[in-house]
Amino acid sequence: MSPEPTPSQTIGPFFHDALLDGDLTELVSPDHPQAIKIEGAVYDGAGDPVPDAMVEVWQADAAGRYGSKDFFGFGRSGTDEDGRFSFATLKPGPVPGPDGTLQAPHANVSLFARGLLKQVTTRLYFPDEEKANAKDPVLISIDDAGLRRTLVARDEGGGAYRFDVFLQGEGQTAFFEFEG
Amino acid sequence: MTQQTAGEVAGHPPYLYPDYKSTRLRAPKEPLIILPRTLADVSGPAYGRGRIEATDDDLTRQHDGEPLGERIIVTGRVLDGDGRPVRNGLVEVWQANAAGRYTHHKDRHPAPLDPNFSGAGRCLTDDEGRYRFVTVKPGAYPWKNHDNAWRPAHVHFSLFGSSFRSRLITQMYFPGDPLFEHDPIFQSVRDPKAQRRMISSFDLETTEPEWALGYRFDIVLEGREATPFERPHA
Repeated sequence: MSPEPTPSQTIGPFFHDALLDGDLTELVSPDHPQAIKIEGAVYDGAGDPVPDAMVEVWQADAAGRYGSKDFFGFGRSGTDEDGRFSFATLKPGPVPGPDGTLQAPHANVSLFARGLLKQVTTRLYFPDEEKANAKDPVLISIDDAGLRRTLVARDEGGGAYRFDVFLQGEGQTAFFEFEG
Repeated sequence: MTQQTAGEVAGHPPYLYPDYKSTRLRAPKEPLIILPRTLADVSGPAYGRGRIEATDDDLTRQHDGEPLGERIIVTGRVLDGDGRPVRNGLVEVWQANAAGRYTHHKDRHPAPLDPNFSGAGRCLTDDEGRYRFVTVKPGAYPWKNHDNAWRPAHVHFSLFGSSFRSRLITQMYFPGDPLFEHDPIFQSVRDPKAQRRMISSFDLETTEPEWALGYRFDIVLEGREATPFERPHA
């Protein structure tokens, strides 16, 4: 018999010294020739910024490999008084999906905060990957076009992408749950 | 009858638990999108964080003097969904001091800070999935959720397992705390059996004579059958 999982509890407001004591927002140096910037803000159901969240990203490298030697692909950022977070990273390549399919380039994004009893998990896709996005098994599984759009970052030019997370209310970001 | 809310699976709390006020504006309300298993059990970061310092697993030795409070040892095993040990996994902990005060600049509880206690630690699990911390027992503390609201004593735990879905942040409680029934964060887990999985047990085996009481806390993560990626050590 499999053991039952330990329940999740909120990260609370006081995690910063333990979890964000080093700078983990640079998955690559911002000076890397292929570096991109992912920036965004987290908002609650009243439209107010969430200033005490922690955002984690986990992504493949440009060749679609996770955890490669030269690019580990994990990052963490707090949010500031305006709810903002940012990462310097590389644009991921397409990664293998189920049954020989390819998933469009994306970053896995998890968000923890006071008031979240369990993390929320979402995906950041890229606006300049329309063809790959149209065939992505996760994106095409979402019928609601509005919900699907919440997963695609905005191109800000100059290698910067904007990805805002709306926890609740109109325009809520699409969040995932894993099949049991 | 309890209403099935988004995220209420496998004994986990629902996102929306109105008694815990901060969930009201932060809990997602749209149905979650189910990711099939083939996409859910992908490997996650084992997140070797590079260096772990010698005092990182002993929160009583991170300063010149010893912190005040009841010295305790907290140990246990981290297991995956099949009951197999999570090896070489990062365990991060943080907690209030013995007086119930965090070093965090936003903690306004009028209880004393302890110059000899920061309340943050980390370690890696061994081949049996075992971790061990030395610390002091954290105090209960008041919060603003409702009138006369107090959090039961707890230690925050952050864990990475073998797959992306294994990621867990939780809180470890101490046995027999009279505040459980008054704490909406603890009570957000509705199933009493699941509640018990958040409570450590006093362990005489772990207790060291003339030195420290021992508590045991085993942690079970979701996910299985994946090999995590380890960050190359510098």
